Amino acid sequence: MSVSVSANESSSSRDERPTAPTSPRKPSRRWRVVDIVVASVIGVACGVVFWAWGLAWTPLDSALSFLPGLSGLLAGGWLFAGVLGGLVIRKPGAAIYTEVMAAVVSMLIGTQWGFSTLIWGVLQGLGAELVLAAFLYSTWRLHVALLAGAGAGVVVALLDTSFSSIAATAVEYKVVYGVSAVVSGVLLAGLLSWLAARGLARTGALSRFASGRSAEARV
Amino acid sequence: MTTASGARVDARGWGWRHAGRLRPAVSELDLVVEPGERVLLLGASGAGKSTLLAGLAGVLGGDEEGDATGELLVDGRPPADQRGRVGLVLQDPDSQVVLARVGDDVAFGCENVGVPRDETWRRVDEALDAVGLDLPRSWPTAQLSGGQKQRLALAGALAMRPGLVLLDEPTANLDPEGVVEVRDAVGRVVEASGATLVVVEHRVSVWLPVVDRVVVLAAGGGVLADGRPDEVLGRERERLTEAGVWVPGAAPAAPVRHRASSAGPLLQAEQLAVGRRGTRGPAVATGVDLVVDDARAVVLTGPNGAGKSTLALTLAGLLTPAGGSLRAADLLADGAGPSPSRWRSRQLLSRVGTVFQDPEHQFLTATVRRELAVGPEALGESPAEVGSRVDELLARLRLDHLAGANPFTLSGGEKRRLSVATVLASRPRLLVLDEPTFGQDARTWRELVALLAALVDEGRSMVAVTHDAEFVAALADDVVALDRAPAREAAS
Amino acid sequence: MSLLAAVETDRLVGRLNPVAKLLAALVVSLVLLLSIDAVSAGVALVLELLLLPWAGLSARQLLRRTAPLWIAAPTSVLVTALYGRDEGPVLLQLWWISVTDGSLALALAIGLRILAVGVPGIVLLATTDPTDLADGLAQVLRLPARFVLGGLAGLRLAGLFADDWRQLALARRARGVADGRGPVAAARRFGGQAFSLLVLSVRRGSKLATAMEAKGFGSDATRTWARPSRFAARDAALVAVGVLIAAAAVAAAVVAGTWEFVLA
Repeated sequence: MSVSVSANESSSSRDERPTAPTSPRKPSRRWRVVDIVVASVIGVACGVVFWAWGLAWTPLDSALSFLPGLSGLLAGGWLFAGVLGGLVIRKPGAAIYTEVMAAVVSMLIGTQWGFSTLIWGVLQGLGAELVLAAFLYSTWRLHVALLAGAGAGVVVALLDTSFSSIAATAVEYKVVYGVSAVVSGVLLAGLLSWLAARGLARTGALSRFASGRSAEARV
Repeated sequence: MTTASGARVDARGWGWRHAGRLRPAVSELDLVVEPGERVLLLGASGAGKSTLLAGLAGVLGGDEEGDATGELLVDGRPPADQRGRVGLVLQDPDSQVVLARVGDDVAFGCENVGVPRDETWRRVDEALDAVGLDLPRSWPTAQLSGGQKQRLALAGALAMRPGLVLLDEPTANLDPEGVVEVRDAVGRVVEASGATLVVVEHRVSVWLPVVDRVVVLAAGGGVLADGRPDEVLGRERERLTEAGVWVPGAAPAAPVRHRASSAGPLLQAEQLAVGRRGTRGPAVATGVDLVVDDARAVVLTGPNGAGKSTLALTLAGLLTPAGGSLRAADLLADGAGPSPSRWRSRQLLSRVGTVFQDPEHQFLTATVRRELAVGPEALGESPAEVGSRVDELLARLRLDHLAGANPFTLSGGEKRRLSVATVLASRPRLLVLDEPTFGQDARTWRELVALLAALVDEGRSMVAVTHDAEFVAALADDVVALDRAPAREAAS
Repeated sequence: MSLLAAVETDRLVGRLNPVAKLLAALVVSLVLLLSIDAVSAGVALVLELLLLPWAGLSARQLLRRTAPLWIAAPTSVLVTALYGRDEGPVLLQLWWISVTDGSLALALAIGLRILAVGVPGIVLLATTDPTDLADGLAQVLRLPARFVLGGLAGLRLAGLFADDWRQLALARRARGVADGRGPVAAARRFGGQAFSLLVLSVRRGSKLATAMEAKGFGSDATRTWARPSRFAARDAALVAVGVLIAAAAVAAAVVAGTWEFVLA
């Protein structure tokens, strides 16, 4: 555990990390303080990226506007906070919490979508959370991450095609949007988050989490 | 300030093994600290000092995070049941500030422990006074210096009126002024409240005036030495020096030098003004005249806020000068033009190597070997050449056994060595280092100074920013002292 | 991040409970999102603009903070006009682009709605201090203190992001990898830097969590609050104003016959 590791703590203990936990540890469902703070940090970091993505969305959307509905491919850029939070924290509610934090932050900095950012964030997080819950919060492999991303993608597809500016377009475009959003969710939210979580674990930043300790082991 | 009675510490055969590790961090520890004692805790890295402090503060985590053996008691009860009885201050000033305003941050501990509102604010004022932070409650914490942040963390711990005050390398990341501020604040507080004190730090001479007992932990477990400061330091002098403790009275060995002759100036600055945003922002330091010669070392010193780091980064070509002139001689520029800030990233790579204050900002890849290869690969070297350079550096800087490890998992000293090694991989002529000896123990310090001396002797130039007087004495050929800027610009 | 910092103000709006501001903006947004029509959005927008003088922001601050809206609204208007659901007489036809009366009306509605939904959120939150909001959420809405304050601590760490980002960019320039033009190179650089920032932040977050626990945070003991957050009559009045605006918007649209519930 990296509690205030003094600057020169020995590295020798690092090499002896076993590839499987040496004693079975029952994962607790209760959120520790470190769970809350790190989930918030991830949420905030993602929120900043969301905001930047929101700025880039306008030109990118125009670039894709030759086929309206393709802008659904950009939707994944707002979905990865929940999946990443779920993969790192591995506790019930992590996906929703992280996605909501990210939405709140991007909203605070200022997006064109105002409060709807928050509402979308809650539901997007729920989309990922439901998938993780379906796996009983005990499997964290790649396919779970991809499905969680897809879950969030489905939610945002439904929301956008009903309530946002895409709702004002014809049905064909809505279908294109829906499919693009789910694909985007799988790739940008699912795959990218899984890679990021794995990368994080390898840096040792997650040593207080189950996701960091079982970087080699399959759970 | 009303006195809080000191807490008593009892460790009986106590051990802790972090989850996911094979070897325990602490084992078989038997230790008793009487109420009101002031203990300096020493030991080689890996002896478990931080773990012991974390255990005393009750923040080691439950079964999910590790296994405990034996007993560790504060006032006869487990520490986790007594939040608020123990105060803990850690090493990194930035990672301990919880809230955005000074008063709120200090009140945080009291709120958690259930102190009524009026009493809380009274304690906040007392605590700020005790640590010497003369600031209004609404002052933004983001605008505090490192030393102020550490005193803020101390105030936050003190407001809970703890019986046991734990400090884990509190002055490691501070400049000399900050170190003294914190030490004095702790001394005053412990004097007034009678609380028990346990300090972990390798800078012994700083804390000698405050402590009355020294305990040395053994790397394999248990206590190596325990007694009055002068006794222990006298008896264990050699073992402590070997472990990297700055034992007072032992002057650090100066490296043997074989100086090369200088081929002329590399960089010339005339009336240089530097700012964090180049020409767009306020200038942090102005009117700087200096020359960096080939095969010579220039050291930049000065108080906090004087712009030393900004100047170093400008000399390294990373920031645009805010005014005046900075010219690189042909010897350095090698056809790239006289302004380092206009050079492309790859041109900069082979001419100037910069080592940042926090090595973690520079890590780009997932293994040490790939990290060293980044520079040569960016220069377009052949794979064979890249491989041989990497192997050479791994050997020279004793990083071979870590070649496959993730850079972030290295210890502090190893990270520093790695960041120096990555800079050397592209064979630059000029090295710029920002606080290279910050927070290093004596052993890493010696290694680093010897390495840098050898590099300068080989014909490289060096510009270093430092507060460290011993570093200046060992390596500097030329010292440029910056004065404090006349007006401190508000943080943007 | 200067955009995250609250605007200091002595006006009434600065003394209103942040939870009231949140609820008011939320009510208006939720209701407006239920229909895409120019009347509801327009009425709401007009009412909001009438209340702007009480927002406590100078004209310059206002423009700066609502900037995203002024970029987004015209763009969305354009896109909707060109590709929106077609109804009524065709005005322009080019390949698959068709501008009709219907799509123009939709475009106007969308544009107005972006403004009507965006303005209250941005304006009300501009004068809200995050710590005060956290106090409100925990004391007034009784959300669990661990989550609210843990979230706030994480938010505060974000203040260090800008500095870290700059340092990371300088470090990459020093390491020789900052060249390379074009979107692919820029995307790779951005991704690498973003990951480094994530690593640094998670490490700092873990250390901060330890510091917070050392101050007694996270246990089940009852907590006191040093800064009281009270929901007074004027806060209820603000929420009522929000409800009234929403109601007026809906009523106007229903009367004008343009209300179209999106899910219908």
